[in-house]
Amino acid sequence: MPKRVLLGLLLACGLTAPALAQEPKTGGVINAVIQPEPPGLMLAQVQNGPTQMVSGNIFEGLLRYSPKLEPLPELAESWSVSEDAKIYTFKLKKGVTWHDGKPFTAADVLFSMEMLKQTHARARTNLAQVDKIETPDDYTVVFTLKQPFGPFLGIFEVGSMPMVPKHLYEGTDWKTNPYNNAPVGTGPFMFKEWQKGSFIRLVKNPNYHEKGKPYLDEIYWQIIPDAAARSVAYETGKVDVLPGGSVENFDVPRLSKLKDTCVTGAGWEFFSPLSWLWLNNRQGPLADKRVRQAVMYAIDRDFAKDVIWNGLGKVATGPSASTIKYYTDDVKKYPYDPAKAKALLKEAGYKGEKIRLLPLAYGETWQRWGEAVKQNLQDVGMTIETIATDVAGGNQKIGDWDYDIAFTYLYQYGDPALGVGRNYISSNIAKGQVFNNVEGYSNPEIDKLFADGATATPDSKRKEIYDKAQKILVEDVPVAWMLELQFPTITRCKVKNLITTGIGVNDGFKDAWLDK
Amino acid sequence: MLSFVAQRVVKGVIVLLAIVVLNFFLIRLAPGDPAIVMAGEAGASDQVFVKQLREKFGLDKPLPEQLFIYVKGVATLDLGFSFRQQAPVAKLIGERLPATLLLTLTAFAISLTLGILFGTFAARFAGTFLDTGITIFALIFYAMPIFWVALMGILLFSVTMDWLPSFGYETVGANLTGLAHAVDVAKHLIMPAMTLGLFFMATYTRMTRASMLEVKRLDFVKTARAKGLSDAVIQRRHVLRNALLPVVTLAGVHSGTLIGGAVITETVFAWPGIGRLMYDALLQRDYNLLLGVFVICSAMVLIFNLITDLVYRLVDPRIEYAT
Repeated sequence: MPKRVLLGLLLACGLTAPALAQEPKTGGVINAVIQPEPPGLMLAQVQNGPTQMVSGNIFEGLLRYSPKLEPLPELAESWSVSEDAKIYTFKLKKGVTWHDGKPFTAADVLFSMEMLKQTHARARTNLAQVDKIETPDDYTVVFTLKQPFGPFLGIFEVGSMPMVPKHLYEGTDWKTNPYNNAPVGTGPFMFKEWQKGSFIRLVKNPNYHEKGKPYLDEIYWQIIPDAAARSVAYETGKVDVLPGGSVENFDVPRLSKLKDTCVTGAGWEFFSPLSWLWLNNRQGPLADKRVRQAVMYAIDRDFAKDVIWNGLGKVATGPSASTIKYYTDDVKKYPYDPAKAKALLKEAGYKGEKIRLLPLAYGETWQRWGEAVKQNLQDVGMTIETIATDVAGGNQKIGDWDYDIAFTYLYQYGDPALGVGRNYISSNIAKGQVFNNVEGYSNPEIDKLFADGATATPDSKRKEIYDKAQKILVEDVPVAWMLELQFPTITRCKVKNLITTGIGVNDGFKDAWLDK
Repeated sequence: MLSFVAQRVVKGVIVLLAIVVLNFFLIRLAPGDPAIVMAGEAGASDQVFVKQLREKFGLDKPLPEQLFIYVKGVATLDLGFSFRQQAPVAKLIGERLPATLLLTLTAFAISLTLGILFGTFAARFAGTFLDTGITIFALIFYAMPIFWVALMGILLFSVTMDWLPSFGYETVGANLTGLAHAVDVAKHLIMPAMTLGLFFMATYTRMTRASMLEVKRLDFVKTARAKGLSDAVIQRRHVLRNALLPVVTLAGVHSGTLIGGAVITETVFAWPGIGRLMYDALLQRDYNLLLGVFVICSAMVLIFNLITDLVYRLVDPRIEYAT
């Protein structure tokens, strides 16, 4: 056995040696697709997906995260945590400059926190744990927390906590500041041009603080609104990178087979998108736990994964994706079992009352998934009416609790305290809002577990708490978990090192290079 | 003529105002508002955030007050601020309008020229194979949805033959100038303009043919023939000119439909015009931007209609401005 291990190691070394020996080449232009067109590029003020994808090259955070979600240095070169887990000290990297040449210092960090508290909903929630922020010198920032907060080191990536230049924003009207349209960051690429409706052009930052990087000269983000046209743009060689979600899933197998094309599902570990069906726990048949469990048994999730998502992703086991911290699969299982679903419905006294299903208006893949789920539920005797609407209309209905079953998927941000608890705790039940606890599930035990889980120390204690929470939730089925989604990134194989962290293409192209 | 134009402009302003008020309420009838959309996109939705957004956009004010503020703005040529794009609406539209004008006017020119030409031939050779061929050709493009023609065009001319670019306004990164740039834009324009133009061409072909056959039977054509005028002169000066009136009417009516078609064409071909801006604004419930695009499009339709009325007079001097 040891011999076999040794042989394996040797083989592995032998196989990876040429890859390691390949030195990055400098120069070249990458054409990537961005969809939809971002509304703005000032990451501290606009937080949607496309904005982060482009601006992740312009702005930076204090930290990045590896695929295993360990913190990596970015603008902070080192950090330490006090024994009582309440004081976090960051040492900033020296010699970092903004794109206009001014130095980046602790004052910028302090100012960024002030701005983010007002303009960035997620940052505000995360910073609510902070009692005070001090800057003893230009390159040290000390965060003192009100109480220990387990995921604190996980909130500093560029999308969650982008650094803003104090000298350009202080004392101005942030909303109308001209630098919103020509953003200035510390990142590896600088904003150059934005032809609205056509493309966004970024150019290499020659004074970037990591010597030798970035390798690319320019990035063009091409704006192509139609999914079929995006596929054609790749096929005809007009773009080299299709970030996850750029094309319809049924096009992925065809594009993957094209010459010199590489596909990866990596780079979503930090976000860990998890899809589920909101089940309205308040009214109608779904208020009964047995009916909700029947929904879980009735849906063929393997079919959805293999056919609708072309084998990409993984069947979810509960409220946490398997890629985030404290995940456990030691929970009740819900295999595809229509007979059991029928039995549960009978036991609950379901008499064919009409149930409204709201699919997600994110394109053809989601539409097809909606039809498959409808069919599954009808097969076990449920009466389903599909409600057609667009994204805004759907969000309104969900926020107003005017639905029975509704599709969604949400990011989990690496830690249950950041991206899981919010959907199940009763303090997050608020009419008119989306993406909180819209299903109306209320369980004091769960409330307490998530409150304790966020502040408990050490890690083993947190794991114990979250294990228990997952068990309870999976038994209660407040929502019906579907799949851990995977959005494949499709590139020409000559594009190397595009994805190096758990944040993927949203983390900027500073490590990417072209093997010309 | 001047008083006629002035009268029409005053009427136009009243119509425009009615359009603004009607659309203002219609848009708000759709479920969802920009605050909800933006909170959703930000992946965070706490009450403070949504409330903050509503206050920022003035959506917390009563509806009549919001309308008053908007109409006051439009009266002073201020189309307001786009909630989502954080920029003045006039600027956003200004950036996109030239591309749409280039696309729609080219498509309009293609459709009208080809339509009248084919229609004339079909009428001149009515009942022959040429007539049947033209009719079938026209009907094919009339019957096929624009997005389908667009996708098939891309498949044939971009993917298979590699003759024309499949998307965009120009070759990104080529940094062309002068004539080379104009040629590059023209290459990108061919497919979207033809797609949009061929659909309308079909209608003009049918209309011209029918109208010419109608006019041909009238007495004054017989008189012209009796006078000994050549067939070419009769067709051009007597038949076609009189037959054009319904075509001109139709072209005026089509100015609005053309912009509707541009929404689809611009989306498929990634053409950076206001059609797409309107589509995105609708999905994102960007009220001000959407209303702004409606105002501009309505103004364009009104201008087109005014031009149509003026062209009427040119085509048929018997029509007076007062009517």
